[in-house]
Amino acid sequence: MLRAFRQFFYERDYLEIETPVRIPAPAPEEHIEAPPSGDWYLQTSPELCMKRLVAAGYSRIFQISKCFREGERGDLHLPEFTLLEWYRQGADYRDLMTECEDLILHLTGVLEKNDTLLFRGRRISLKKPWPRISVEEAFSRHAACSLPEALEQDRFDEIMACEIEPRLGVDRPVFLFDYPVALGALARAKEGDAALAERFELYIGGLELANAFSELTDEAEQRRRFEKARQFRSASGRRDYPLPEGFLNALSSMPDAAGIALGVDRLAMLLTDAATIDAVVAFTPEML
Amino acid sequence: MYNASDLKKNLRIKLDNEPYVITEFNFVKPGKGQALYRCKLKNMINGNQFERTFRSVDTFESADLQEKKMQYLYPEGGKYCFMDNVSYEQVFLTEEQIGDAKNFLIDNIEVSVLLFEDRPLGISLPNFVDLVVTEAEPWAKGDSVTGNTKPVTLQTGYRILVPTFIDQGEKIRVDTRTGEYLTRVKA
Repeated sequence: MLRAFRQFFYERDYLEIETPVRIPAPAPEEHIEAPPSGDWYLQTSPELCMKRLVAAGYSRIFQISKCFREGERGDLHLPEFTLLEWYRQGADYRDLMTECEDLILHLTGVLEKNDTLLFRGRRISLKKPWPRISVEEAFSRHAACSLPEALEQDRFDEIMACEIEPRLGVDRPVFLFDYPVALGALARAKEGDAALAERFELYIGGLELANAFSELTDEAEQRRRFEKARQFRSASGRRDYPLPEGFLNALSSMPDAAGIALGVDRLAMLLTDAATIDAVVAFTPEML
Repeated sequence: MYNASDLKKNLRIKLDNEPYVITEFNFVKPGKGQALYRCKLKNMINGNQFERTFRSVDTFESADLQEKKMQYLYPEGGKYCFMDNVSYEQVFLTEEQIGDAKNFLIDNIEVSVLLFEDRPLGISLPNFVDLVVTEAEPWAKGDSVTGNTKPVTLQTGYRILVPTFIDQGEKIRVDTRTGEYLTRVKA
């Protein structure tokens, strides 16, 4: 898998980069916990450092890195996992949908799986283009209540995880796009509709595989969103992180770009028809 | 006190003053969203089951259970009465709570009653109980091949396979965990 990723990105003139795993200031997001490492933290994703490189002029970069999220352990979660993350200057989230299709088809081609996957007893056709449905549409199609009702009742995540996600991508991969702006803390607002964020997630076989944004490059707006998240974090008794000033300062010189993070372990689950994420790693935390 | 992150299969928690055991558990979390703890819960008193999704801010008390030695007294209207030999306090358990143990309940037998805040949940029997055979076909000579068994009825109404030499009126020892015959008990 890793060799196929690299081949794909090298052919498209992406530069493979490395950024520090241990950082002083992770992005303050409401529901993502960075494990402390001394006075610093282990990264929950390489997003902030990679965007600084985009701001410094690296127009196409990718990285395969270990990421850490405290308290996340389940059939689809490991507290230490592998992310493939890439950024492309001048692109928006729609361009990355296409690139996602190409990447996964390249991978299945290398693995001689052609364009059909068998996962959890169902055939999934990978024929391009993959369906794209908005978050609002997904609620009206798969959930008992509408998107505005779910937000109003603070049940967005519950309905998404329990009712909608298991039904996404069961026959064909699905891009779920246009999230409420509050749910895309580092994403640019949609042109012509400030209530929505240019964010998508890729689902195949009910698995959430990748999350992408058209990147927010407005420093003042990003600062406001981080402060809001910090207030939420302190009000709910979560660890406070310092503001990532280096990242915020770099934003003003960041060109338009889109970025995406793909869960490598989950993609391996999909390709091997694994029941749980435990099956695709050599060691789970419980085995150490 | 438990946090949501302590939840796991077989953990016993108290909700609305009722004891529950978690029979199925899964951690789910949309990447950017809240951590959710999906549980299937079984009420330990009435056996009712339902699904509930908890959030990381939820906290729980543990359901502390006690075991008390009690004596079985008598059945009454579909329920079974047990008495604490020290306090003489009596509790009633339903047929559902007793389960298969009713096959081995004889008068005055001492059992462990599982209690949640003085409310009974179930019983555990001694591993071995001696019971009288109340109905048995006579032993026919042709049946004497080793390993041959025949069904008999015990004093509790329980039907059990025993060796062919066991006669009506005899006492046998039964393993209550498997429900199987162990040996003949000499009077």
